[in-house]
Amino acid sequence: MSAEAIPSTETIAAERSRRDRPIDLIGLALSLLTLVVALASFFPIYWAIITSVKPDGEVISGSNSLWPGRFVFDSYIHIWTNTNIAIWYVNSFVTSIVISALVIVSSAGCAYALSQLDFPGRRVIYVLILACFMVPMQALIVNHFVLMAQFKLLNTWAGIILPQLIVPVVIIVYKQFFDSVPKEFREAAQMDSAGHFKILFRIYLPMNWGVTAALGIITFIGAWNSFLWPFLAATGEATMTVPVGITQVKDAYGIVYGKLMASAVVAGLPVAVVYLLFQRRVTQAIMLSAGVKG
Amino acid sequence: MLRDKRSEWLTAAVLVGPFVLIYGVLFVWPTIQMVMLSFTKAPLIGTGDWVGIDNYVKILSHKLFHQAFWNTAYFVLLTVIPNTLVSLLIATAVNRLKGGMQGLVLACFFLPYILPVSVVFLTWNWIIDVQYGLAQVFVRPFNGGEPMSLTRTIPAFMPTVAFVTVWWTMGFNILLFIAGLRNISPEIYEAAQLDNASRWRQFTRITWPLIWPITALVLTIQLIAQLKIFDQVYLFSIGGRQDATITLVQYVYKLAFQQNKGGEAATAAVLLFGMIIILSVLQYQVLRTRGEK
Repeated sequence: MSAEAIPSTETIAAERSRRDRPIDLIGLALSLLTLVVALASFFPIYWAIITSVKPDGEVISGSNSLWPGRFVFDSYIHIWTNTNIAIWYVNSFVTSIVISALVIVSSAGCAYALSQLDFPGRRVIYVLILACFMVPMQALIVNHFVLMAQFKLLNTWAGIILPQLIVPVVIIVYKQFFDSVPKEFREAAQMDSAGHFKILFRIYLPMNWGVTAALGIITFIGAWNSFLWPFLAATGEATMTVPVGITQVKDAYGIVYGKLMASAVVAGLPVAVVYLLFQRRVTQAIMLSAGVKG
Repeated sequence: MLRDKRSEWLTAAVLVGPFVLIYGVLFVWPTIQMVMLSFTKAPLIGTGDWVGIDNYVKILSHKLFHQAFWNTAYFVLLTVIPNTLVSLLIATAVNRLKGGMQGLVLACFFLPYILPVSVVFLTWNWIIDVQYGLAQVFVRPFNGGEPMSLTRTIPAFMPTVAFVTVWWTMGFNILLFIAGLRNISPEIYEAAQLDNASRWRQFTRITWPLIWPITALVLTIQLIAQLKIFDQVYLFSIGGRQDATITLVQYVYKLAFQQNKGGEAATAAVLLFGMIIILSVLQYQVLRTRGEK
């Protein structure tokens, strides 16, 4: 469970012993090959970025040059002024942040209760969470749509947000961490007549701050990236999120790849930035949730 | 003491309340409603007559459902196995690298995974474009020097989308494999090196058996995830031919949102739901018995 993206002392020692061997030609070749494959894997992203700053003529000249003859930001200006991308951005940010905040707060509270409190219905709720884990949200799209239509929430932020609040894995990960907090902490706090809310917010959450950060970031990335539900819930351009909206960017004059790549870059930027800033937290969160799935 | 108990229940109610509300309204109720709807002949919005198992009979014998099922199975086959093998090979290679270099290489593989599906779609749609796409440089020699569409013909469609999907999701599997590889004690490799075991032998005799539990996990996570496939296949098939490349979720989508057949769409969803539950239970059994060994 404590999988971290840093090499353990054992692996470092193993690598050192490997390094002591005379000359490891095969090893060197393998490393180089890995680097080449990694760069190839990154290349499509590079190609999208580079296309977005090429002049339109160069994009369709078939020259396929790996470096733009001239950097232009026309495509960005074009999508900024000719599409609703600014509105989609606001929609994406508002919905993703609200989803992450609500999921984290409601899951932490629920997990604390499941882990530390004894109350009727506890088992039923835990079974429900595990059941929820197996159920594909994609199978519920029809009824989510009907439900949101009945509430008159289609094409609203609330309509995009609500069905995405179901993230059972967050509760399970929290519960596992709360279970592993030594009981003495809680008992000592209770001696000082601290209530459960105080214990949750002053002891359990701060002790697991890293977990909260990891789960919050991964929930945000997931919410930002989600496609199917926002695509169904937001049919008007004014309520679309960025990932849905950018599939609508069209031009009356044929090939618009420069502009399409600019919108792709703009749509992917927030999650790419979040990932690059919090690499370790993101990988930690993924390993935690995969651990739960196993 | 009784007062304590009561205040504990009250606290629990406050803490669990939001969860119960959210999951009750957005999970339990829609699930019940979905099952009920599957027995009626209703439009997407509104009520309809109770028709018993008619919808199930109809859907199960519906040609398009079969097509959706086989397309999904084909897609699963094309993605899950190559993705697992390639990810394992890359993970073993990445695991050998040191410090900063490892971080950089891992980031190259992982970055695609966190991008939204539509970004992936736009990027690759540009790369494989018939007229100007970069991929044509590599495709043309195999097509008698002519450019070739990689998504506009039925035989090319699924392999291309599967390739893009593998590129997109590989980072996740690589990460899990690296976590698994780090758990293998280095002493085992040191002993093997003393015995002058070749790299390949070390891989087949040590790494592969010890990494098998993670492999089983990676396989089943993907299997379940790919059954729910919609986004990429839908995006790449925009502009017609959707029936030929339809997947199960697309089939549900088509019945509900294009044909306004709420009842039948719910039936198809229940069937998908059943398949995934069966797979999840199987996965749980496999991984649990493996854990007990």
